[in-house]
Amino acid sequence: MSYRVLVVDDSKLARMAVAKALTAAHPDWKRVEAANADEALSFAKSDSFDLAILDYNMPGRDGLTLAAELIALKPALPLALISANHQVEVVTKAREVGATFLQKPLTEKALVDFLTDAARRLAAHAA
Amino acid sequence: MTDILNELQLDALTEMVNIGVNRAASSLREMVGEQVLLSVPKVTLVGRNEAIAILAKSESSNLVGVHQVFEGDVTGRALLIFPDTKSLELVRAVTGGELPLEEIIELEHEALAEIGNIILNGCMATMANMLQRNLKMSLPEILRGEPNVFFNLAPPPEAGEVVMFLYINFALRNRDIRGYIAMLMDMPSITALQVLLDEFIERTA
Repeated sequence: MSYRVLVVDDSKLARMAVAKALTAAHPDWKRVEAANADEALSFAKSDSFDLAILDYNMPGRDGLTLAAELIALKPALPLALISANHQVEVVTKAREVGATFLQKPLTEKALVDFLTDAARRLAAHAA
Repeated sequence: MTDILNELQLDALTEMVNIGVNRAASSLREMVGEQVLLSVPKVTLVGRNEAIAILAKSESSNLVGVHQVFEGDVTGRALLIFPDTKSLELVRAVTGGELPLEEIIELEHEALAEIGNIILNGCMATMANMLQRNLKMSLPEILRGEPNVFFNLAPPPEAGEVVMFLYINFALRNRDIRGYIAMLMDMPSITALQVLLDEFIERTA
């Protein structure tokens, strides 16, 4: 099954890095990119993706706020929050909103684990 | 002068310093036992005189800074700078605010050196790791004075020196403290940095 992944990061380079790892793991999956929270929300409203990978540190609304907003719109959405800031408060809040916390710099293994789990959840939800 | 680096190089640098300060925030969190927010919203490259002018224009009070020299493929100075009116507030925030003023004043020097060391090392070590190079860091030194003090340290700076200027937002215990990180590098170091950034971009994107 091929899924559509929303990648939200204000850094173009960081989006390229996620894209590279994503293509290596699942070449058939599609990618939607947003540079900020508003763009991401407009994609959510038009139902353009199945799972999301967000950066925590973004100008305007941060990734945690956006994660809560996206999950409110799409409750079954598998979502990962990427941050170098692994303080207990951030990790706990990420879990509370239903996001998976991934540490930056992102390793291929951490991303693949998230994608595998996301695919499993999406398949279960569709069944 | 920002156009010394292309869009992706500047993006890579911003990303690295953000990862660096976030790591530093995690270390500071261990120290203060409470969430610490650190972010670098903007990175610019300016000449030395422009860096002095930016600080003089934005900050009316004297400044206090932590200074460390880094050496390796890229060599230069790293500075963490705050308005000195915020310095005691920062120390109070880090020590928990229970201490009497005279003790805070006594601790100021040591606490600033420690905070500076965590933040500057967080940035420099992250950059070094991501660029796959080793950087040697000197011990932190505290400086005080007007903006030109920070950019005219001995030995006399070279005319073509570039300052990588980072705005840093620092929030803990309901206090918002704004500061700056500056990295001074000469042209050969900037050229070396460009090569390392390109290699990094090649590896990651």
